[in-house]
Order: sequence, then C-alpha cells, then structure tokens
Amino acid sequence: MSDKNRLDESRPIERGDCAGYALELNEYDILKKKLGRTPNEFEVKLAASLWSEHCSYKSSKPFLKRFPTTGKDVIYGPGENAGVVSISDKYAVAFKMESHNHPSFIEPYQGAATGVGGILRDIFTMGARPVLSLDALWFGNPSNKKTAYLVDGVVRGIGDYGNCMGIPTLGGKTRFADCYNGNNLVNAFSLGIVKKDEIFTGAAPAGDSVIYVGSKTGRDGLGGAAMASAVFDESTEAKRPTVQVGDPFSEKLLLEACLELFKTGAVSGMQDMGAAGLASSSFEMAGRSNTGMVLDLDKVPLRQPLSASEIMLSESQERMLVIAKKGQEKVVFDIFKKWQLDAVKIGEVIPEPVMIIKKSGKTFKVPTKIFSEDAPVYRKKIAKPNHKDFSVEIDRKINTKEVILKLISDPNIADKSWITQQYDQSIRTDTLEIGYGAALIRLKDDDVAIAATVVGKPNIVAADPRYGAQRTVLEAACNLAVTGSTPLAITDCLNFGSPDKPEILYSFSESIEGISIAAEKLNTPVVSGNVSFYNETDGKPIWATPVIGMVGTRRPAGKPNFMIEEDDILFLIGKPEQSLACSAYSWLIKDDLFYDFPVKPKIEWSESTKIIKAVSDMVKNNKLRYIADISLGGVAVAIIKTAIRFNLGFRLDLPFRFSAPQYLFSEPPVQFIAVADIQALKEFDKQNIEYHKIGKFSGNRVVINNLDISIDKIRKIYEESFSKALKL
Amino acid sequence: MKKRFGIVTFPGSNCDTDCRYAVKVAGAEPIMIWHEEPDFSKVDCIILPGGFSYGDYLRAGALVAASPTMKLIARYAAGGGLVLGICNGFQILVETGLLPGALLKNKTLRFIHKDVYLKSVRKTPFSYLIDEKDIMKMPIAHSEGRYFSDKQNYNPIFRYCGSNGEISEEFNPNGSIDSIAGIVNEGGNICGMMPHPERAVEGILGSDDGLKIFESIIAWLTDIKQI
Repeated sequence: MSDKNRLDESRPIERGDCAGYALELNEYDILKKKLGRTPNEFEVKLAASLWSEHCSYKSSKPFLKRFPTTGKDVIYGPGENAGVVSISDKYAVAFKMESHNHPSFIEPYQGAATGVGGILRDIFTMGARPVLSLDALWFGNPSNKKTAYLVDGVVRGIGDYGNCMGIPTLGGKTRFADCYNGNNLVNAFSLGIVKKDEIFTGAAPAGDSVIYVGSKTGRDGLGGAAMASAVFDESTEAKRPTVQVGDPFSEKLLLEACLELFKTGAVSGMQDMGAAGLASSSFEMAGRSNTGMVLDLDKVPLRQPLSASEIMLSESQERMLVIAKKGQEKVVFDIFKKWQLDAVKIGEVIPEPVMIIKKSGKTFKVPTKIFSEDAPVYRKKIAKPNHKDFSVEIDRKINTKEVILKLISDPNIADKSWITQQYDQSIRTDTLEIGYGAALIRLKDDDVAIAATVVGKPNIVAADPRYGAQRTVLEAACNLAVTGSTPLAITDCLNFGSPDKPEILYSFSESIEGISIAAEKLNTPVVSGNVSFYNETDGKPIWATPVIGMVGTRRPAGKPNFMIEEDDILFLIGKPEQSLACSAYSWLIKDDLFYDFPVKPKIEWSESTKIIKAVSDMVKNNKLRYIADISLGGVAVAIIKTAIRFNLGFRLDLPFRFSAPQYLFSEPPVQFIAVADIQALKEFDKQNIEYHKIGKFSGNRVVINNLDISIDKIRKIYEESFSKALKL
Repeated sequence: MKKRFGIVTFPGSNCDTDCRYAVKVAGAEPIMIWHEEPDFSKVDCIILPGGFSYGDYLRAGALVAASPTMKLIARYAAGGGLVLGICNGFQILVETGLLPGALLKNKTLRFIHKDVYLKSVRKTPFSYLIDEKDIMKMPIAHSEGRYFSDKQNYNPIFRYCGSNGEISEEFNPNGSIDSIAGIVNEGGNICGMMPHPERAVEGILGSDDGLKIFESIIAWLTDIKQI
C-alpha cells in the first residue's frame, strides 16, 4: 500500500473486511448500529483499540461494581485518573496501582520504566505531587533461563525512571513461582500529595481549548492496548515494537510544568495520554463532561508522518492533554516553553457530545460516548473449577533446621537488598521507615505520616480465591499496624489469565468478593485500581494474583523506635495456629498449595480488627519495644529476620502445648511477634488479646529446635541467597 | 544576618528542594536560582544540587558544563566564592573542569543507594567545623560516582570509611580511587562530593551528620567576614 493510501482512512469497511483489524464481528455490528452507517477504517481501528479489554474493562466491569468505593474520607473513587482520599484538614493523597505486565515481559527495561512513568502521570494529573512509589513484581522460577534477565531489566527500568524523577521507590514485593515463567507481573504503585483545594480532575467544559503538551508523537506503542488484551504465544517476540520507550527526563519536566500550571488556575482539566493515547484521553474527558471536541490532527507535533488513527492511538510517552480555560492559553504556552516542552493548541471543546476529528482535509465525526460509556460490556460465563483433592497425608514430622534453612535461602524470602539498593529511597528527605511492613513517610508541614504497602498472596488465592483475597487485604492492614498507622483506603491490581475461561472468571469474581468483604470489615474503600487479563502463555495461565495497595495514616506523625536488647523476652501475639495450609511451608517446601487445606486457619473478623487496632495504637504510643507481623515462613522466619536485624542471638522456648514445629511455620491471618514490657502486656490483657512467651534474645547464636547457628552465618545465608539463586 | 545559599535548578535537577530544606534547617537562607536567570550577586555561596540535569544525556553533567550559567559560576569561584556540588553537582564541576578527574560508572555498573560513612581529611570552608575524628553517616544515590584521576592532581576532602573510621576497599561503595567521596580545588573554595549531606539533617531521617557541612560553610563565612 502506498503511503498516501495508508494515511487515508476514510474508506468504508464492510463486515467481511474487518478481519484484519482485530475487531470482533459482533463488535463490528455494534459499531455499525451505533453509528447508523457503515464505519470507515478510522472508526474501525479506534473501536478495536478503545473497545479492547485493556481500555474498556468490558469483561470485568460487571464484577467491579461489587467493590465498596465510598467512605467519609474518600474525595474521588474509581473513574478518575487516581483515587483521592483526605488525610488531614489540609491535605489529601492521590494513589493508584497499575500493571505493565505484558510490555515488561516483551521488553523488561522499557516495559517496567514506562509502567512507572504511566502511574506517575496518573497521579500528577490530579494535581498531586508524587512522593512515594512501590512495586509488586512476580517472576518465573529463578532457575528458568529468562528469569534473571527479566529481573535485571525490570529492576533497572523501575529504578532508573523513579531515580531520575526524584521520587523515592520505597520497596514492595518480589516473588517467584513457575506459573510466571511465561508472564511476569509488574505492578507499580504510586502516591502523591495534594492540597485539598488544589485537586484536579479530567474535565472538559465547552468553549475551552484543547492543548497538546509534552513529547512528540511517534509510532511507538501503537497497538499496545490491543497487545495487552491478548495472550502470549510463539509470536510474542515480534510484539517488541508495541512497547513504548520511556524518557524520565521529559517526564520530570512535564511533572514540574504541570504542577506549576495547576497553580495558575488556567486549566479546567488534564489527562495523561496513556493506553490508546490521544483517543482515550480526549474521548474520556469529553465523555465525563458530556461534551465533544473538534480536534485538528494536522497540528499534533509528530516525529514521522502518521495516519489519523495512528495519531489518535499512539502510546508515545510523556504526553498530556490539557484543557485550558478560554483566553488563558498563553499561560499554558509560557510555562511549557520555560520547561522546554511542546505545547500546541489542537482543538476546542464543543457543547454537542460529538467528536469531530480533522486530518489532511478529511473529517471524521463520531458520538463522544461511543468509545467510552457506550462501549460493549459482556457478562461472560463463570464456573467453579473442579476442586483438586485435598492432601490427606499430612506429614507431621518436620525437621526444623532443614526447613528454616531452606525457607531463609529461598529467593521469595531471602533479603532483596540487591533490588532495593538500586532504588533511591532517601530523596525528598521524608522517608521515615521502610524496614517494617510498610513504607512510612512524613509531610514537612503537617502532623501526619503516611504509610503504604503492597501485598499479593497468590499461593493462597490460587487455592481459594475468596479466602486468599481476604488474607491479602488483612496482611496489608497488619503491615500498616506495625508502623503505628491506621488503614484508610486501598487500590488494587487484579492480574488474571483469560476472562474467556469460565474458571478464571470465577476466581476473578471470588477475589473481588474477598477483597470487598475485607474492605468492608476494615473500613478501607477501594478507590482506584486496574485489571490485567490475558496473563497466559500457550494456554497456561498465571495463578490468580490480586495485588492490594493499602494506604494509611499515623497521626500525630512519628515512626516506630524499635530496639531489642540482650535478655529481652519475645512474645507471640495472637492465637497460636498449627495448620500449615496457605503457608510458605506448603508452597515452598511441600510444593502443594492444598497441603493441610481442610483445616486452613480461620479468619475471625472481629478478633482480627481488634488486634490490628490494638497493635497500631500501641506502636503509635511507643508502648512496644518491637513488633513484626507474621508472613511468609511463619514465626520461625520472623524470628530469624529479627535476630539478624538487631544482631542478637535467640533461644526458642515454646510453651509445652505449642511445642510442635507446626506452630513455627504456620501463617495465621493475624499474628505478630513482639518485645513488650509489663505495661504493654497489661494492655493486651485488658483487651483480651492472647499472647505467649516464646523465647529470649541473647548471645550470638540462634537456637530453634535442632537449629543452632551463629548470627553471622545465618545472616550470610539470608543476605547472599537472592543473588546466588538468580546468578546476579 | 543569615547567610544566603544560592541553589541552582537546571532542567532535571531533583535535589534542589531537599537542599533548600537542609539550608533552612542549618539556619541559613536558601535562594532558589533558575538556570536561565542566574544572578549570584547576592549569595554567599552556591550549591549545585543532585539530580539528572538534562537527563544525563551524553554523560552525567556534560550538557550543563557547556551552559552559559556555568561560565558565571566559574567566574564566581574565580573570585573566591564558595561552590558546593553534590552528586550530579559534583559531576557537573568535574565536566566543567573546575575540579580535576572524572566520575566513572560504579564498579557494580549499577545505581547504588545506601547509607555510607565518611570522614573529613582536609580543613576547608566545607569542613571548617569537622574534626578528623568525626565519622559522618549519610546516603549515596548514584550510578556514576567512582572518582578517578590518572594524575596526582586532586585534593581529597571526604573519604569513605567504616563506622569506626577505618578506610579500606570494604567500605568503598563505588570503587573510587583512594576511597574518595569528595574533593576540593587548589584554592579550597570549590568542593564536589557524591554523598548527600542535605539528606542527613535531622535525627528522624536516620542521621543529622550532614548538617555539619552546611554549618561549616556558615561558620567559615561568618568568621572570615569578621576578619
């Protein structure tokens, strides 16, 4: 096809010709019916992208309605670029988590970098300055030949982008399992701070000007949304050109320019040109305000000649669509000139809900809502999978030493400083704490600290999605509690296989149910989020992996001042549990997600919320000398990590009735280890919270059942295993 | 009257606001200077903050080195004015030739963020109040911080060390020659350092050792003025 023909997209496309455009036949019919005529090539291409799962949420929408999304502190819930929640009289936080799974598997460095760039833009378009990033990463088996390459690229991509932007990346979670061999997960979380009277949304009132700002448009990322809405197969490598290329320097300029612009009051709305680029940002903003736009695509700054649909759908990075108040356009131009970025008026907002798009003398005219609110929604079939038989033979003989050494050297549990050292964690000089459960940052001019954490527990969700999803949210709340913070709200990244498979959609639906139950119990509404389907390769899906990002506050501001000394007694807080179901023991030692499953630890909601609140209050009031929540590896691993951190030996001395090793490796939903003085114990008594003395810190050897090892030696194992396993 | 610290923001600088805060904590007055409007007539000292000026394109610091702003800063320094370059600011000073040597990729070839210890090995305005026995803790955060020079033409002011002041390769985070964390020019009025003193100005952040460097500058300026 000649270039001239390629660039002209006005020719009508008949039903029989739509095969080449990745648009389903039934969706072609919907498009034709809504337009009342035969669609042209431009419209078919836009529909294929904007009606993709990635952009339209057509399979997930009916389920997502279940989430509780409102609360007294919620300012904006789902539907905006990020959720916004009040944290004090003066400030609110804007936060969201997003996946960049598919691109990061195809091109790990750029895929991860642009994932960070995208989520940051979602935050600062709300008028908020990003101050904290986290990430949840899932990779295949460390011995898989591609894993080390992916880990290296993803970590460098995240680090380089955040470091250059000057936004601290305060850790997250990195896990490994076989099911991610063909689909790694990169979920990026970011949080920004905004004064409550300076929050912006993506509005487009009639009469205002549409201004394109930021980098020039090229062909990069074309079809990215469609790529992210398909499963992987042997042709995946060929999709590399669909991954965008990031430039954090441009984004840093864009960030400063946008935040400066917001202060002028010259703009009424702004939106990132993210997935499906100019098309989704323009259609969505006009859609929200029930208006339309006239866009002149010949004015868009281009790197190369592009057709109308290519300009609309390009996913070139570091670009924004700004709606400037009529007569105030010069303010926008001046600020962007100062920051050496392009800013061009490309159109106007009109009162009629119609998008009029002009290119090279041709005019396309479509109803605004056709690609947003009116996009097709499917209620696809769900079906409970045939349950695997529960393990009946439970091996009660546990060699404590062997299990501890295996767990502590597993890359899922071992120290991951190799990753976090590549992230700038002290820039902005607000980082108070990163080592205990959640990241904790301060505000320099308000007496409130902000805590944030990301958690995924797919080894439990894969076995029982509703239960596993509740456990995920509960663990996030425990993470916040040990920093003395109170949970406020959550965001999520729902990573699943193909929604066309009824059993996957079942686990999706059940996960949402579980998250919703937990969110209601903890009073933490879901204010933003993201769905990533089609995480499967050659028919093999990943484990259902809902990842939760939870944000909380600590008021008055402060941080835990933990200190353990020689002869300090360690207590177990919460009910001792002997079921090994849903533990790292079942996952990493027995390689059986259903191990001990019939007796999985029960979630007692009223008990759980009581303990979480008590712990959070006591840490905040400096009543505990030390506390850590029990997670992967159970009490045993929590003790080892504590001993290493404080460089102190430990001798286990379990009460007789809890002497079976199961108690050391079980992972009940809400359990902690703590060093508490008599006052604190009285507080636990008063609140009827169970605790047990389980040992004492002293010397330089860790003694737990048949394990007897020097602190130096076990530290070496803990610190060196990650790099060793990945040969990095 | 408070001493005035001019903090220069280039496109891509990202430690400028942290420096502003640190200068305030130290008891001086920060003056923010946009690179296109350089006016150093009213400042007692200039800070080139960290970051990724011009995206580290070409080489870290290379593009700023060719800017008109740097010509003015060179003139300011030639007149005896104090110039402190931190991290990317150090890279800029080296690229400009105001300090000798080069800053190469870390020996790990990766970005490194961690707390390090350093000690002062030379009395200058930047270490005016710092004793050789003082061990300071503060973070480094860089990809290109391995100081190198093929001549004996550099004057170390800060060296990486262990928590007890011991200097060895074990405590040299990036492979710098002579464990160098910072150097000064012959005149002692231009200093470049890779660690971030502005991030260690309050106990709640884990260390306030960095404050000593800002306080040294203030004390030196005060004493000299009195002479």
